[in-house]
Amino acid sequence: MAKQLNRKNALFAMFTFVLALVLAACGGNAASGGGSGSGGAADTEKGEGVMTFAEFSAAKVDDPVVIEAYVQGKQSWWENQATIYAQDADGAYFIYNAQCSEEDYAKLVDGQKIKVTGYKAEWSGEIEIAEGTIEFEDGNYIAPATDVTALLGTDELIAHQNEKVSFAGMTVEPSTDPDGKEVAFLYNWDGSGSDGDDLYFNVSDGKATYSFTVESYLTGAGTDVYEAVKGLNVGDTVDMEGFLYWYEGANPHITSVTVK
Amino acid sequence: MNRKSHFWTKGTDPFVRLALTLVIAAMTCTALLTGCHGSQGLPAFEVPEQWDSSKEYEITFWAKNDTNKTQTKIYEQAIADFEALYPNVHVNMRLYTDYGKIYNDVITNIATNTTPNVCITYPDHIATYMTGSNVVVPLDGLFADAKYGLGGSELAFDGPTEAEIVPQFLSECVLGDAHYAIPYMRSTEICYVNKTYVEALGFTLPDVLTWDFVWEVAEAATAKNADGTYAVNGQQVMIPFIDKSTDNMMIQMLKQRGAGYSTDDGEIQIFNDDTKDILYTVADHAATGAFSTFKISGYPANFLNAGQCIFAIDSSAGATWMGSEAPLVDISPDKLVQFETAVRMVPQYDPEHPQMISQGPSICVFNKADSQEVLASWLFAQYLLTNDVQIAYAQTEGYAPVTTKAQQSDEYQDYLSRAGEDNDAHYPVKIEATQVLMNNAENTFVTPVFNGSTSLRDASGQLIENVAKSVRRKETINDAYLENLFNDVLALYHLDQLGGGVGGGDKDALGPLPTASKALIGVLGVAWVGIIAVAVSDELKKRQS
Repeated sequence: MAKQLNRKNALFAMFTFVLALVLAACGGNAASGGGSGSGGAADTEKGEGVMTFAEFSAAKVDDPVVIEAYVQGKQSWWENQATIYAQDADGAYFIYNAQCSEEDYAKLVDGQKIKVTGYKAEWSGEIEIAEGTIEFEDGNYIAPATDVTALLGTDELIAHQNEKVSFAGMTVEPSTDPDGKEVAFLYNWDGSGSDGDDLYFNVSDGKATYSFTVESYLTGAGTDVYEAVKGLNVGDTVDMEGFLYWYEGANPHITSVTVK
Repeated sequence: MNRKSHFWTKGTDPFVRLALTLVIAAMTCTALLTGCHGSQGLPAFEVPEQWDSSKEYEITFWAKNDTNKTQTKIYEQAIADFEALYPNVHVNMRLYTDYGKIYNDVITNIATNTTPNVCITYPDHIATYMTGSNVVVPLDGLFADAKYGLGGSELAFDGPTEAEIVPQFLSECVLGDAHYAIPYMRSTEICYVNKTYVEALGFTLPDVLTWDFVWEVAEAATAKNADGTYAVNGQQVMIPFIDKSTDNMMIQMLKQRGAGYSTDDGEIQIFNDDTKDILYTVADHAATGAFSTFKISGYPANFLNAGQCIFAIDSSAGATWMGSEAPLVDISPDKLVQFETAVRMVPQYDPEHPQMISQGPSICVFNKADSQEVLASWLFAQYLLTNDVQIAYAQTEGYAPVTTKAQQSDEYQDYLSRAGEDNDAHYPVKIEATQVLMNNAENTFVTPVFNGSTSLRDASGQLIENVAKSVRRKETINDAYLENLFNDVLALYHLDQLGGGVGGGDKDALGPLPTASKALIGVLGVAWVGIIAVAVSDELKKRQS
């Protein structure tokens, strides 16, 4: 009888173990996080076979490229492909659809140093690293935002493509919604969208008006910048930070807005 | 758990006990796994005898627009008009600008029984939605219902009869042996041509383009001046031929050649010699810079309008972006170049027997526990086929209405007749693109729909994209390259794992098993080995004693 009870206990234990695993399997995966950067200085020395930013800039479209840089922002992850902004001491990179597991994507925190091997590409004026692979390296650097307000509308602006940039003292100008009303922002470029879609808003530096974007994959509904832009009023004076994305011209993707 | 212990304390035959254990454990695990990774099927929908207008219904409609505010407003107006006719139904719209995003969200929501009620979608996608049990409502019973069906006697609106839906478009919504959707709008691929540059290069634009003509002109346009600019436009950039949708490009080329793509049952036939021949041609012209793609370079419309492209292939539903006078433009005014825009069907191998793809949104209705809620959904879906909605929406782009009732109406005929009166509502490029489709309805085709056909479509475009990119990166395209490419694409899109058939098993439907689940399956195996070993040992000892 005692042996029978032991066997029963063993079977009970096995079954309990199995059920526990079932529940664990169904409970979802805990995200594996990476360490948060402290924002040190960017390495100026490049590793073996790694291009400087100048060499990357000089490379032709479709050339193979290898760069080292520091993550400054993550835009999206889908089907093991990550799109991120990265920057080193000399320039910035838009890394488009690089191979990346979901676990590694979680470790791509701001400041994390990475090495990217891929091909230089250009899509509607945006310089990218396409089909890259990502390796993690030791190092941490948070780039400061460069104030490019004075460069808006000039040929010099493109030199800062993909960089973390800032715009100071700009005025929110009206956009026209589908009903013909003047509003401070639109969902999608023409107002055809709804909450959760990209936000478009116009700002002026006093000389010209520019269209800025809150890219929903980069900073979607619920983020501080998304909600802040929804709260803008025409005539507000704002300071902004973002990444200098390019689409047939400068198309800044704004990541923070402060109403002055 | 207690009941299981109870069975073990009875002096039951150990093999019966083992069998009972197996059954109980299997039922437990199945229930748990089902709870985690899927939902129990709903009962099949049956059309209610009578519409219940006394109860409030809230239905969700996931709509797709082409990032076009006029389309959004038409949806909103349609909802308002419908709610006025059916005051007890409230329609909540969620807007999308990407079919793929709708597809992903529907797949996610099937598992939790939180699908929308009505959804704009592609038949390819519906085939995957049907992986679940009774997820999508078969519509034949609703079509035929005398009261609430197409042209039904108790409808509060003047909808089309079944006979008034263009038969070809309606047949595209048959999956297996039933209709699982109704067509909403139809479009096709169009070649938008810079006729000015074609003639400047010394060619005469034919009414029907052939592939040979397009490649010949495209190559001629790559000639450069001594200063490195292109002779035809004097600019630093010229990509003579850009295709927006390389999956449609490959599909249409194969169809025109009578080559294999897939069977209706989902047998994959795309990896054939015709495909190789097409890819060699693509490689030749990508190498010279005569050809590129949307994914590699950007929107064909932007290059066309900047005088940097001669043949821009895109949907007829993108017509309002095409041409010097296009109402929608995405490049700065200083980059716009003046030229004459010609609208042609996509290039053909046999111009006497043209073939072009039929595409465009359809509408499906999702099943719910309350059949009255499903009926409300059907009434709204059907309302989208009324003339008011069909004609208004078709005019927003190069879409054709899906009903003859709308196509033949005075209002729509008047619209067509006014092509060129202005560059907005009557933008001639848009109306000409629509007429290419309407004049060639009998020359359109669709690809077979099965669970996995979306993957095959993606794979077909990937072949062209990869070859074009490889050539640009100075890789050699030869038989060995193409064999490797075929194998890579086969694996990437799991084409060797497709179950075929509508609603068949598709691993893509729920994605790969999580690691923990794979571990669980392994542990389950070990656990059962242990259970069986204990039971057998117990029985042997019992017999020995």
